[in-house]
Amino acid sequence: MATLTMPQLGESVTEGTIIKWLKQPGDAVALDEPLVEVETEKVDVEIPSPYAGTLGAVLVPEGETVPVGTPLAEIDGAVPPVRPDLSFPPGKEPAAGPSATAGSGRIEGRTPPTPTRPGRRFSPAVARLAAEHGIDPATLTGSGAAGRVTRKDVLAAVQQLPARPEPSRRVEETTVEADTVVAFTPTRRRIAQHMLESVRSAPHAWLLMEADVTELVRLRRRHKDDFRRRQGADISYLAFAAQAAAQALRDFPILNATWAGDDLVQRGAVNLGVAVDTEAGLLVPVIKHADRLNVAALAVAIADLAERARHKRLRLDDVQGGTFTIDNTGSFGAVASAPIINSPQVAILTTEAIVKRPRVLEHDAIAVRSMMNLCLSFDHRALDGATAAAFVARVRDVLEAVGPDTPIS
Amino acid sequence: MTTMTVAEAIGSALREAMQADDRVIVLGEDVEVGGVFRVTQGLLDEFGPQRVFDTPLAESGFVGAGIGAALGGLRPVVEIQFVDFILPAVNQLISEAAKMCWRSAGAWPVPLVVRAPYGGGVHGGLSHSQSLEALFAHVPGLKVVMPATPADAKALLLAAIADPDPVIFLEHKRTYRFIRDEVPDDLPPARIGEATLRRDGDDVAIISYGLMLHESLAAAEQLAEDGIDCRVLDLRTVAPLDREAILDAARGTGKVVIVHEDHLTGGIGGEVAALIAEGAFAHLDGPIVRVAGPDVPAMGYHHALEEAFMPNAARIAAAARELAAY
Repeated sequence: MATLTMPQLGESVTEGTIIKWLKQPGDAVALDEPLVEVETEKVDVEIPSPYAGTLGAVLVPEGETVPVGTPLAEIDGAVPPVRPDLSFPPGKEPAAGPSATAGSGRIEGRTPPTPTRPGRRFSPAVARLAAEHGIDPATLTGSGAAGRVTRKDVLAAVQQLPARPEPSRRVEETTVEADTVVAFTPTRRRIAQHMLESVRSAPHAWLLMEADVTELVRLRRRHKDDFRRRQGADISYLAFAAQAAAQALRDFPILNATWAGDDLVQRGAVNLGVAVDTEAGLLVPVIKHADRLNVAALAVAIADLAERARHKRLRLDDVQGGTFTIDNTGSFGAVASAPIINSPQVAILTTEAIVKRPRVLEHDAIAVRSMMNLCLSFDHRALDGATAAAFVARVRDVLEAVGPDTPIS
Repeated sequence: MTTMTVAEAIGSALREAMQADDRVIVLGEDVEVGGVFRVTQGLLDEFGPQRVFDTPLAESGFVGAGIGAALGGLRPVVEIQFVDFILPAVNQLISEAAKMCWRSAGAWPVPLVVRAPYGGGVHGGLSHSQSLEALFAHVPGLKVVMPATPADAKALLLAAIADPDPVIFLEHKRTYRFIRDEVPDDLPPARIGEATLRRDGDDVAIISYGLMLHESLAAAEQLAEDGIDCRVLDLRTVAPLDREAILDAARGTGKVVIVHEDHLTGGIGGEVAALIAEGAFAHLDGPIVRVAGPDVPAMGYHHALEEAFMPNAARIAAAARELAAY
């Protein structure tokens, strides 16, 4: 028998949440077959089975968060892989005999849930008991020193709980317009913390520029079917905008930067984050060295990352190292949006919906043109409006310079 | 059922072991006349000078002789007059006795028992009051047994003599005549490494051993009057520790006080606390508290200095009361 443990999914990742077991006890499992979906604070992944065998006991139920190294499941009749499995760091496996742990302290495999309100801390026993019985310890009156909620306070509250699962009468009377407390998923909480931190730390400034993408629309229309046939992916407007932004970042390196404490670090590589909306929430996979890719390669890369993000197949490496973020808010129909900077980066660009609008051309002629707004939120600590506007103007100019002969691959 | 002091219980164990097994011998300073505490009194008359004999005042020498006798097939019980005097023999115990079985791949076990009185509170002054269990508990290969009651003293000494490994058997001087209790005639055998629950309760767990068990039980008695129910765990053996019993005590209460007379820093309490932090963290409802002898070089002779050093029921009760209210 071998044991599957929570793998270390990244240098700074210390725990993971079991989202879904893809196999049930008794199911046959092939080597590398996806076994369980795990959510970490950085990324959601499917853990492939490090062994072929039969799934035995599942040790951690869905929804539970456990530290790295915690046994997750037993795999009976496990055949160890004949090649090193790169998804597990060396030394974590394959399963050692029971004596391998003798002499070292065995850590209890449960992590108490995070206290539900910031600022109040609860002992491990209180947090665990409260979570087990669905009690918010912050609502209890503490009998301990300085009003501390004790283990016994929780046990007393458990005694007071109505016998489940019968709903109380009070609930029945108010079911018509009952309010619901939204339980945050780890992803949602991660997004919430990240956004709050960015808004708190970075003074956001915002600007909008219009781009006339009439020629780009024509070019894309001419190529898209052929491109799909050849590459299996959509040659999206976002790919053009990504290329324009990646090129412009080379000339405006102050926007291709991240904060490291009080220092602003201009990043050598242009690693472009692309915001992807998924069922679980916003994810931002990263295209490494985006400035070295042509439009076709960017289109394929974006399609691949978006697809994998929606199916929880991103690797930790896919979401790390971003230096600038681009967000196609136009896909929701927006024509202007004020995004929050993906800290510790210093700017984020949105591409808005392409809409036909009457436009006054040179010599005062009026024509119907395909227009797209570009919006930029930037950290005013790092740069000023003049630089920000020059950067967006460069992106706009690249997009407007597209002609019938612009190569796409 | 016979009522015995701890000293009588130990003497009784030695007598029974020697009657049952010719390989059991007793050696040490003045053991022929019974030793300082009269524990071996009468053994010379009953078993003769071949099996009960005095040694020179040279602990390294006669502990080494004990190791040799054990390797030669005997079951020696070496008496150290006071544990304070064991230090000249530490090299024999740590470098030789503890490692011999391992270095010989199991071919040469050392079935040696070293008995030594420890602890203060008897006006022994600085060189007759130390508790040195942590020193030996740190060394794998040595077992360290510290009974608190007459029945345990007898049963555990019999277990130590039967044990194939070297056992440091530490007897608190104050329990010798101060603790008197019934010892069943058909005493069930004891297992080294097994703790026992002396009192049940769910507010605070007090974990202790040796003389301090009795102070802990007295503290629990006081606290019960105030409605604080203490669970009192007697470790009985400090190496190896009874991990499951310790974790059970922590899980059942969420609050733990560890009591020993030995100095605080590097004491058994730190190891017990670490086990709990590793194995029962999610059950903790308060800080793990230690009540222990202070980190001063020695216990003084004057009774005020002794009292300042020795943990007692009042101090244990105060710590447990504060923790219960946490």
